[in-house]
Amino acid sequence: MIKLITAILTALTTGAIYALMSTALVLVWRSTRIINFAQAGQAVLSTYIGYEITVRTGSFWIGVVAAMIFGALLGAVIDRFFMRPIFKRIQSGPILMIAPVVATLGLLGIIQSIIGFKWGLTYQSLAAPVSTDGYTLFDRVIAFSPFNLLVVVFATVSMLLLTLLFQKTNIGLALRASAHSPEIARLSGIKVDFIRTLGWALAGAAGGLAGMLYIPSSYLYPNAMDVLLVFGFVAAVIGGLESLFGAVAGAMILGFAISFATSYVSEKLVFPMAFIMLIVVLLIRPAGLFSKKKSRRD
Amino acid sequence: MTLIVENLTIDHGAIRAINSVSFTVPTGNLAAVIGANGAGKTTLLRGLSGLKDIKSGRATWNDESIVGKRPENLARSGIMHVSDGKSVIAELTVKENLALTGLWRKDKKDVAAATEEVVSLFPILGERMSQSGGSLSGGERQMLAIGRALVARPKLLLLDEPSLGLAPLIIDQIFNTIRKFVTTMNLTVVLVEQNAMGALAIADEGVVLNLGSVVAVDSAENLLKDPAVRTAYLGY
Repeated sequence: MIKLITAILTALTTGAIYALMSTALVLVWRSTRIINFAQAGQAVLSTYIGYEITVRTGSFWIGVVAAMIFGALLGAVIDRFFMRPIFKRIQSGPILMIAPVVATLGLLGIIQSIIGFKWGLTYQSLAAPVSTDGYTLFDRVIAFSPFNLLVVVFATVSMLLLTLLFQKTNIGLALRASAHSPEIARLSGIKVDFIRTLGWALAGAAGGLAGMLYIPSSYLYPNAMDVLLVFGFVAAVIGGLESLFGAVAGAMILGFAISFATSYVSEKLVFPMAFIMLIVVLLIRPAGLFSKKKSRRD
Repeated sequence: MTLIVENLTIDHGAIRAINSVSFTVPTGNLAAVIGANGAGKTTLLRGLSGLKDIKSGRATWNDESIVGKRPENLARSGIMHVSDGKSVIAELTVKENLALTGLWRKDKKDVAAATEEVVSLFPILGERMSQSGGSLSGGERQMLAIGRALVARPKLLLLDEPSLGLAPLIIDQIFNTIRKFVTTMNLTVVLVEQNAMGALAIADEGVVLNLGSVVAVDSAENLLKDPAVRTAYLGY
């Protein structure tokens, strides 16, 4: 019973963080049609900024806000001054599919080198604002702490806010229209380039939040978010890449699969489970579990 | 408020799609651009709305050049292009599709009024407001695409093949409605059509394109009587 409860709670915590990363990837995919590998670098650099601000102000909360704002600005700058010129130069052809994605890989390397120069390749720890000691349930300490609860609450609230933004506001409508059909959006008078940059900014903020919520349970180092990028990507593919709902649902499915596999079968199953899920989904429903379309559009 | 196109040339990759095309559409007139498949009709409209780069020549609307401007800025200045086929965002509801051209307009009261006018023009859209764009029939999609453009209160409307893939009865209905609102709203229209008969029947004037070049410019009435045009494009 305790084992079951712990597995569920762990699934929710890890799923919540995967959801933030998969949301970040989906936001960029929807607006620019590329998989942004630099997301891991953007998120970890934002977390370093959040870490510095936390150390200086003594407040984790100010650090979270700083990480999200920095993440948003960094995302916007990358799109405006890096991705947009690349897309302008490559109008069509097979290189259009590859060059921007390779560019994000290059960017990931650059960002991580910058972090290496500035902070060194050492491990730093970011103190959680609330206890990371597990709650006691039926006289036993379980692997779910007040900080884990906070992670779940924060991720849920930010997802709800993002959903409200997308479904209930004019900006959200412009974001959706530009994602589904940039040409119709343009002809309707929507500034699609600006909207795309906004999508990158939202993704950057989500990445910064993911970092600040994940790092206190781990360590901060230049490659700290690489693993989360992989899990976020797997979750996004499970969810079909197109929808925010799919991104969150995919992350939760992945969180539950990994949590149950590790607690009931073997601790070593974290990575194999993620990739088994990925391959199974790609084999049975390549467009994602929640996609209405038969195949992914190009 | 006149549309003047002079020696307009547009390349489609290595192919010259539009070759030194000139014509003029005075305010309040409906000009039909007719021609066979591949004549360059769609490319011409895409050039005028900023979707396609113009190689050389001039195009002015209201004495202002529209060459080299971005589509979104041309749209905001009152030039609305309804692109061909299913120019509707399937994932958005009818209501959301209609709202797109009102998002950036300051006068929200007028956006609401324009939306109501569109619904009275195409009552079926009113019944389908919360349905997704993808669930509409071909005719309804065309009405939605045109309606969305009208919400922006355009001055110049560029219509690309509104009859494409529609049943004859629906085509008549759409053409009649276009004629009706062009007159009541004092719009200037460039209507690109393969259905030359239907288009010329509601047009004030016609431009006949063949392989990217203008072969005839005249009043719609004269073109309908012209034996050469009749044989080549009207089929009788």
